[in-house]
Amino acid sequence: MGSFIIRRLGLSLVLLFIISIISFFIVTLTPGSPYPWGELNPKISAEVKANFRKKFHLDRPLHEQYALTMCDLFTGNLRSIKDDRPVMLRIMERLPATLALNVTSILISLSFGTLLGVAAARYAGSWQEITGSFVTFIFIALPGFWISYLLAIVLVTTFGVPILGTQSYGIDFPNPAAEWLDRLWHLLIPATVLALGGIAAQSRYLRATMIGTMREDYIRTARSKGLREEVVLYKHALRNSIRPIISGIGMLLPALISGAVIVENIFAYPGMGRLGYEAVLERDYPTLVALNFVVAALVLLGNLISDILSAAVDPRVRLE
Amino acid sequence: MRSLITLLTGSEKNRPASRFLRRFLSNPFALPAVVMILLFVLIALGTALLSSFGHQWPCDPNLTNLEQKLLPPSSLHWLGTDNLGRDVLSRMLHGAYISLTVGVVAVSVSLGIGVLVGAISGYFGGLTDQILMRSVDALLCFPTFFLILTVVAILGPSLINIVVIIGLVSWTGTARLVRAEFLTLREAEYVKGARVLGQQSWKIIMHHILPNAAAPILVTAVLGIPDAILSEAGLSFLGFGVQPPQATWGNIIADGKTYLLYAWWLNLFPGLAILIASLSFYLAGDALREAAEGRD
Repeated sequence: MGSFIIRRLGLSLVLLFIISIISFFIVTLTPGSPYPWGELNPKISAEVKANFRKKFHLDRPLHEQYALTMCDLFTGNLRSIKDDRPVMLRIMERLPATLALNVTSILISLSFGTLLGVAAARYAGSWQEITGSFVTFIFIALPGFWISYLLAIVLVTTFGVPILGTQSYGIDFPNPAAEWLDRLWHLLIPATVLALGGIAAQSRYLRATMIGTMREDYIRTARSKGLREEVVLYKHALRNSIRPIISGIGMLLPALISGAVIVENIFAYPGMGRLGYEAVLERDYPTLVALNFVVAALVLLGNLISDILSAAVDPRVRLE
Repeated sequence: MRSLITLLTGSEKNRPASRFLRRFLSNPFALPAVVMILLFVLIALGTALLSSFGHQWPCDPNLTNLEQKLLPPSSLHWLGTDNLGRDVLSRMLHGAYISLTVGVVAVSVSLGIGVLVGAISGYFGGLTDQILMRSVDALLCFPTFFLILTVVAILGPSLINIVVIIGLVSWTGTARLVRAEFLTLREAEYVKGARVLGQQSWKIIMHHILPNAAAPILVTAVLGIPDAILSEAGLSFLGFGVQPPQATWGNIIADGKTYLLYAWWLNLFPGLAILIASLSFYLAGDALREAAEGRD
């Protein structure tokens, strides 16, 4: 296990290096002016332009620009064009909200995805299962912004509940528990919208592996012992089909963060997705570079954790 | 069903093509999905063809009429009008053309890069493979939509930029799959035979390996189209898609979001169009995948 973790860590460091290169060059090499005010704006003096170039190392060759930007990123010298605060600080402020949203969303995908996947494997081929699989495809094909709006209309017009932001404002909560419930409610709606695709993906992976597992001899043994079908499914079959679910978490993360750019924007949720959209609107290049890097690094960390978890539940992985 | 298969493959015998088609059509969603895709293509191309002859049906998508703004669906405007009095149905028909173009062109770009990278990586192996695949792993860590949004925002939104960028960032899955296919097929008897006969690498790749990896590549292509359609819709919704006044499904919804609570038709119909179009491609792609994997 030790050598497996060390190998995985080494690989992750190599990937982190490539990620830093991609996130720097994708913003730098894209044609277009690096100046937020426009290349030919006559109101900007040559001196200001020169200062700007110096500040973002634009007067250096490309490889030095890359190295200096990455140094600045970690020392807090890389500052946002918008408010001149360190980019890392701006991102870290959003991190708790983003983590809360993503973790909730992953928990929803995992729990409902597992239930649906096991049920689909159990009733494979029946019309109920075919209908269920059709619904999971709808989940994948739903445009996130559209379903967010439909949900918003229904929740606001028929139930009259507040849905924007991280909590309701202008209300005196009678006790802390009520305040936390309110926060949870505000978290739950965007998390559910984001989780739809994950539920579908997880249940489909699980269904495929479960159907394979159900043909194994030990399942027949378990059944012939007279165990209840639920016990056979959840205790015997699911345990041996759990691996694709765990490695699926790593694949869910990038999709979640992609979705968050739109969903956080609609629900005014102050996470990293919204920060990214604001940075795009403001042409805040330092924030864009840093955000792409940090997000990819988080996904890498997620993959690392899910690999180590897979190796923990299934020793065969360690040798691959 | 049997006569349809006979019609398409010319024989009822157990030929691979007819077996493949039978497996494909045994999926209950396959035929409806294919019909919806054909309808979608017909609408998109028909609208483009009609408007290239200067004929707009049912009316000009950009014709504004402020006296008729925000009208609910009626016999005159089947799907209502928007905040500038433009006919939503006409705009959606033109939006279909944009969505189809984005889907097909973006997938062609990503398929081209993905097959090339995957083929080189899988066939030659070694250090090349290591470098290419580690880059793919790194690229897979990036959230695709955010990456697309970043580049589109810098480069400026236009139809050509959008399709190229979507293609440029979404080839990683194809590359991985093609590489895996090549790793297995590289060891096949007929490939070894061709190598012993002294055939050049690119000929072996083009004539012997690639045709045998066609089915899984086709599946990723079909499944890539709805991804691209959804990405474009999301970009349009955020204002970074194909620019107004050109109608797209995403920007009809974006235009209508201010009037959300009373002009529901501006949200419902384009959203359903995106949903049905991408759903059809996903269902067809999944049926193709099952048929390619040889499940009866």
